[in-house]
Formats: sequence, structure tokens, C-alpha cells
Amino acid sequence: MNGNRREVLVRAGIFAFFAAAGMGTLARRSAASESQVVKVVAQRFQFTPSEIALKSGRPVVLEITSLDFIHGFNIPALGIRTNLLPGPPTRVAIKALAPGRYDFLCDNFCGSGHEEMNGTIVVSD
Amino acid sequence: MIDRRRFLQLAAVGGGAVFASALPGSLRAAGYEEFFFVQLSDAHWGYSGPANPEADTTLRKAVASVNALEIQPDFIVFTGDLTHTTDDSAERRRRMTEFRGIVGGLKVKDVRFMPGEHDASLDSGAAYKELFGETHYSFDHKGVHFVAIDNVSDPGANVGEAQLQWLKADLAKLKKSTPIVVFTHRPLFDLAPAWDWATRDGAKVIDILMPYANVTVFYGHIHQEHHQQTGHIAHHSAKSLIFPLPAPLSQPKRTPLPWDPAQPNKGLGFREVEAEVNDARYKIAEFQVTKA
Repeated sequence: MNGNRREVLVRAGIFAFFAAAGMGTLARRSAASESQVVKVVAQRFQFTPSEIALKSGRPVVLEITSLDFIHGFNIPALGIRTNLLPGPPTRVAIKALAPGRYDFLCDNFCGSGHEEMNGTIVVSD
Repeated sequence: MIDRRRFLQLAAVGGGAVFASALPGSLRAAGYEEFFFVQLSDAHWGYSGPANPEADTTLRKAVASVNALEIQPDFIVFTGDLTHTTDDSAERRRRMTEFRGIVGGLKVKDVRFMPGEHDASLDSGAAYKELFGETHYSFDHKGVHFVAIDNVSDPGANVGEAQLQWLKADLAKLKKSTPIVVFTHRPLFDLAPAWDWATRDGAKVIDILMPYANVTVFYGHIHQEHHQQTGHIAHHSAKSLIFPLPAPLSQPKRTPLPWDPAQPNKGLGFREVEAEVNDARYKIAEFQVTKA
């Protein structure tokens, strides 16, 4: 291999490396800004899943389907609450969160197990 | 006129603390009388579970304990959750009828009721109204204006615009200095929204009450004593007659405190409130449920 050809290959390799790195960054940026969608079911007297694991720095949309009652969905620490009408899912958009635990609960009295109808969003790094 | 020393002696026998809620001095020498009333709360008649294996006897013990008070109160108020909730409307009415029969054994016949979410949230208060009457109302007694506010017939814990307007109109006829006592089930302030210990539009109720100089709130729901001020308004929650709950947000979940067979009445109780209007004070004496 002569010198010119070696130089071209090295330059191409460097370009390919940075291109790939750039693509990766773009991909990561895209993933980070794109909302993750998590499906949740609300049914007397529990949310399924009751623990929702998320990564920090990425927004999420909870698609919550109530099967049997106008449950409430309240995350007091975030000031987010809505009613969950039975039927099509209710979409709850949550901005990117810092690591931590965020409790949520049903705040519409729904019967004898209402006090246990709650859960936690666990956000990790 | 009530013998003050006798009252304090009774309070000591009951094993409870006396809590004084001061009213401004403007009411002094206004010519009002002193009187007692008793607050009971959260009987949850019909409950069955490990938090109180003796649930079918606690209410009767409470009735006996109140009847054993040497000085009987002018009236008695139950601040909600008379019964434990059920999806079965016939069973709900059966529990309410049984509850009414048991408390019919109270010596004092002037008994005021109001619903808790267990009584009223699943049917918008329909069964409660059939058996106990209106879910919100007011009355006057010896110079004090009493108001019962319903924050449970809506499962979302809203008082609602109609009742807010009623409250505004009800209070409008009073002087700003009239002593007002509010009975309600849930706390009107955000005690612990993460445990559903709040009233969604409670701030609007407090806004309506705020121009009145002498307001005290007695409520239930949280199954323990708690005392808090919002501005000049004092809020006092009562113990339950079924099982105690943990202090607000003191543990991850609001599960009942474990039942102690050695002390089956631990954490349960009722209170007597002495309205010393001329002395500008309310005094609260806590009593245990002790009578068999």
C-alpha cells in the first residue's frame, strides 16, 4: 500500500468514526427527547404496574386505561392529577424527571380497597 | 353552668389530654353560655379485618362510655364514616340501620350526623340521606353557629360550587365576630394529599370562612388527633372508633396501625368539647373507649 492510499484510508476511517459517533449522539438526543410511552391499567383497587421504572432525563407519557370506575390519578409531588374515565386510555404527559421516587394514588374514592390503590414511579440515572 | 373542676377531673379519668383552642378576647362578656358537646368519628360499622378483630363491639363500648359521662353533653356529633363501605346498596342500608339502632342507645337524644366517604361516595349520599337526612346543614346553639360541610358525597372530595354558595349565604347573615364551629369529615386543608387526606376545593371553603374571626373546625377521616392552624382557623381531627392510622406521611403507606390484643382499645376514643364562649376558649378532652 502506498502512502497516498494509506492516507485516504486513514482519513476515511476517521470520517467514518466521527460520522458514527455523530449518528450515535443524534440517536441518543432523539431518544432522550422522544417521550417514552408506558401503558398502565387502573382497576379497583390497583394500578398495574404499580411500580413504573423510568430513566432520568427522558419525558414519558403514561397511557392509563381504567376498566371499571372513574378513578383518580394524582402525583402530588409533581402537581399532576386527572380523572381516569373508563374507555379509551387517558394520556398523562410527564416531563423528564430527576432521579427519585414519585408516589401516585387514586384520589377518587372507589370502594373498600381504595386506600391501597397507589404506586410509585422510580426514576434512575 | 358547668363545674369547671368537675370537667377537668373527668378529663383526667378519661386518660386524655386537654387541648385549649383560644378565641379572641372580643367575645368576652358577650353573654354567651358555656356548654359541652361530644364528637365521635369513624365508627366504620360493618368493618371486618385484622386491624380490629373486635369491630362488632367497639361502637357499643363507645356508646356505653359516653352514657357513663357524669355530665351529659348538650348534643353529640358523629363526623362521618358511620359505616364501612360496601358495593352492595342493600348491605349499605343494613349497616346504616344497625348503626342508627346502636347509637339510639345514647342517653342524649340530640345527635347530629354527617357522612364520610365510606357512607356516601359510592352513591352520592343516596342511602345516607334516606336514613340520616341532609349531608350539609347548619344550626345554632347557645350563641355558636354550627355548620356541617359535606366533602365526601363527591368521590373526588369536592365540596362543590352549589354547597360553597350555600355556605357563603349561610354565613352572610352572621356578624363577623360570631363564633362558628365547622364539622366536616376530611381535612379542609392539604394535610397529606399523598394519602388522600385533603379536600380538593378545601381552600375555597377556608377562603369563605376566613373573614369570620372565630372559626374552629372539628373533623375525622384520619383516625387520630391532629391540631393545625390555617391563619386564625383551628382544625382538630378526632380519633376513630375502629382502628388508628399512622401519623401523616410517617411511613410509606397509610395502613392501619397493628391491633394490639393486650390493648384492644389503644388509639381509639372520642372527645368532649367544652365551649367556654365567655372565656373565649374551646377546651378538648380526649376519652378512651373503655366501657363494656
